[in-house]
Amino acid sequence: MPSIISISGVTKTYATGFQALKEINLHIKRGEIFALLGPNGAGKTTLISIVCGIVNRSSGTVTVDGNDINRDYRAARSLIGLVPQELTIDAFESVWATVNYSRGLFGKPANPAFVEKVLRDLSLWDKKDAKAITLSGGMKRRLMIAKALSHEPRVLFLDEPTAGVDVELRQDMWEMVRRLREDGVTIILTTHYIEEAEAMADRVGVINRGEIILVDDKAELMRKLGRKRLLVELRNPLDTIPEKLSRYALELSPDGQQLTYTYDNQSDRPGVASLLRDLETAGIHFRDMDTENSSLEEIFVNLLRQEP
Amino acid sequence: MNLRAVWAIYRVEMARAFRTALQSIISPVISTSLYFVVFGSAIGSRITEIDGISYGAFIVPGLIMLSLLTQSISNASFAIYFPKFVGSIYELLSAPVSYLEIVIAYVGGAATKSIILGLIILATASLFVPLHIEHPIWMLAFLVLTAVTFSLFGFIIGIWAKSFEQLQLVPLLIITPLTFLGGSFYSINMLPDIWRTVTLFNPVVYLISGFRWSFYGKSDVSVGISLGMTVVFLLICIAIVAWIFRTGYRLRN
Repeated sequence: MPSIISISGVTKTYATGFQALKEINLHIKRGEIFALLGPNGAGKTTLISIVCGIVNRSSGTVTVDGNDINRDYRAARSLIGLVPQELTIDAFESVWATVNYSRGLFGKPANPAFVEKVLRDLSLWDKKDAKAITLSGGMKRRLMIAKALSHEPRVLFLDEPTAGVDVELRQDMWEMVRRLREDGVTIILTTHYIEEAEAMADRVGVINRGEIILVDDKAELMRKLGRKRLLVELRNPLDTIPEKLSRYALELSPDGQQLTYTYDNQSDRPGVASLLRDLETAGIHFRDMDTENSSLEEIFVNLLRQEP
Repeated sequence: MNLRAVWAIYRVEMARAFRTALQSIISPVISTSLYFVVFGSAIGSRITEIDGISYGAFIVPGLIMLSLLTQSISNASFAIYFPKFVGSIYELLSAPVSYLEIVIAYVGGAATKSIILGLIILATASLFVPLHIEHPIWMLAFLVLTAVTFSLFGFIIGIWAKSFEQLQLVPLLIITPLTFLGGSFYSINMLPDIWRTVTLFNPVVYLISGFRWSFYGKSDVSVGISLGMTVVFLLICIAIVAWIFRTGYRLRN
């Protein structure tokens, strides 16, 4: 798949001397959902702001569908819709006026039917005449999305889209993102909620201290870096773990009823089969067992921990 | 040229004016009427004439200029400062809009509002004093030129300002005194020589003088110089705006 956004050698040093981005190289594939993960201050918003034309970069090049963001800024920007993290709307404008304003700003001819559809999809149609200031936080967030979608973008940036949003709205939003993807819109989202990336993303990039430390398919990432846990329910409680089983580094629950064995998919630690054999030999009988996959969150935390 | 964007911004700016009609139109009209009551009637009845023009009529061009300057600056500076303040400027910066289009839309909106206001004040004045406009075309030309120039100036202030206090600073500390001392209420020829010379460094003198000439055919300084100075100020503002946009000053950094 050809990339729709190409970021090559992009750096950003603010006037204060703070280096927000160090040599970013990143290629976003057409039609994918890409999650950019990183702790606060990692440079996520700076990177998005540069691609969208809000912040000037210090060096490097960025193209959107082949259009340089400086030389062909009109073509590049008209492809992009941005939903920023902060709820920043002209509070005194009506929903209808502000969404139509966004469409006009991006050079699109008036299309009331389309704007109506966007508002209906986001359950804002009832509020079309309400002033932005009277909307609840969740509605304001949806209004920001409506503004970004008003000009039919091919690439949508969602910067922390579900921060401070209730569970129901979050589900709706994920649903909306999936629909957009079906229409061929490329989606780049930054998020703190790693479960969000886990649920939605095709690929995941991790950024920390202004550097992209990893980009991979989500499934691949979870396969490569994921850990598994085997939980063994014992028939009779144990006081201590027998010496013979020490190479498994097992954990015993406080009540002595459960053993936990953690292993990752690629490790050379002995496998599950040999553990079960050794349990048998040691005369430890079990009632039941279960396995668990580690979440993206654990992978993410481990990655950041490995960073110098 | 993204004309749709220019139109979208312009419309929002005009809508704001109508939404805040009380503040943006009625209050200047009231304050102008008060000037007429105080200067025109109370004081003017003792001054009678300047350059053969009744005092009430003499102050009309100056009063219009006073509102035109302050309103152009405050309209334009607020229009660009407010989105910066609330953060909604992100949308403007991420839109496929050139700097020229941004300036045309914001400055056009601010200038339109202050021109409308100038005409309303003119109409209000005609209720108090008999008005006579000798060069109506030039009158409109000065009105438009001044409104555009000072809207540009306001736009610069709006981009420069980091707080509401700074936003008020220039209009309050520089523009208002310059306008009062720029011959709104008197002819600079009435001043002692030394003060007359000092006054010639005040750019507002040229605006008011030229504008008054378009009404009564009489001016403190020659109309050519007035026009020239206004255009020079306009060019300075354009140069500063061009620099702001080239460097991204306080917008994209």
